[in-house]
Amino acid sequence: MWSTLSGMKVVIVGCGRVGSGVAKQLAEQGWDVTCIDEDEGALARLGEWRGGFVVGHGMDTGVLERAGIAEADAAVVGTNGDNTNVVVGQVIQRRYDIDCVVVRVLDPRRAAFYAERGLRTVCPTQTAIATLTDVVRSCEVTPV
Amino acid sequence: MYAIVAGGGKVGANITRSLLAMGHEVTLVEQRRDRFEQLEAELGPVVLAGDATEIFVLERAGIARPPDLVLAVTGDDEDNIVISQIAQDGYQVPKVVARVNDPRNQGHFDLLGVARTLCATSGLLGLVEHEVPEHGLVKLLELRREGLEVVELSVSPEAPAAGKRVAGLSLPDDVRLVSITRNGVAEVAGLDTVIRPGDQVIAILKPGLEDRLRKALVG
Repeated sequence: MWSTLSGMKVVIVGCGRVGSGVAKQLAEQGWDVTCIDEDEGALARLGEWRGGFVVGHGMDTGVLERAGIAEADAAVVGTNGDNTNVVVGQVIQRRYDIDCVVVRVLDPRRAAFYAERGLRTVCPTQTAIATLTDVVRSCEVTPV
Repeated sequence: MYAIVAGGGKVGANITRSLLAMGHEVTLVEQRRDRFEQLEAELGPVVLAGDATEIFVLERAGIARPPDLVLAVTGDDEDNIVISQIAQDGYQVPKVVARVNDPRNQGHFDLLGVARTLCATSGLLGLVEHEVPEHGLVKLLELRREGLEVVELSVSPEAPAAGKRVAGLSLPDDVRLVSITRNGVAEVAGLDTVIRPGDQVIAILKPGLEDRLRKALVG
């Protein structure tokens, strides 16, 4: 089982499939979670939600601040736009001095570029490539 | 000179035409297929189809040479920041200029190290204020990197500075009067220049001193 981390606060920018999933897992483990999404309807993805939810865009520092970014220990940026994610991630890291900023970047080369410059990038495309390759390799295929 | 222009909207297309007319070598990168075809029909092989925030597209445009100049002028501020960062940090392009579409994003460009920016909205707003001075002080130019700005003030008959020599004004340090325009004729301001009602005064100062300059000059 996961240990419960009480009192840790995370802001999640982008509450789609990925963002909402991360939000629910962290909330279950005792994190204080606030989600940000442009679409009010994204709240439905969170089910019975006791955390925070702010409607707005991550480029808007007013929105970030309403979500409590100034007191956050960590942030996850996973909207469906790579460039929005790397820009919002860097703004959070530098303006609010948060070290643990995790950013989703689908393009492997952009993910590598920003990882080299101190952003914690996660590239689902790279993960998919590695996993698919491994699964194919593990099949016991014999030449026809 | 070799330049890469990212974004083939009105701004990017017009800059490309001007640079080509000046005899420069240019690659214009445009993502939207229909717009690309339109530009290619006009400008030929200068135009490249693709997303300029993708590193392999920038490489095809010659980012590794590197170019003398990269202009990030798409309609998306996040894209312009990413293009600028890749160009200046990844490929040491000596001059990168980015367009700011939404003036509220200016702070993000500054924070993320994109130093040379242009914002049409702020520029237009400045011109509007120039025509309708609300507080008697108009910002003409921001020298962001130098930490200075150039402003203009109008001297009314009841202004405290009217009739005084420049040397006799109690101006804060870090403020200098540059010029005085009277009846459409400008003169460089010296210590002995006398300020008259109706004068347009241009000053250079550190940001934050606007109010003290205004009090000393126009009340």
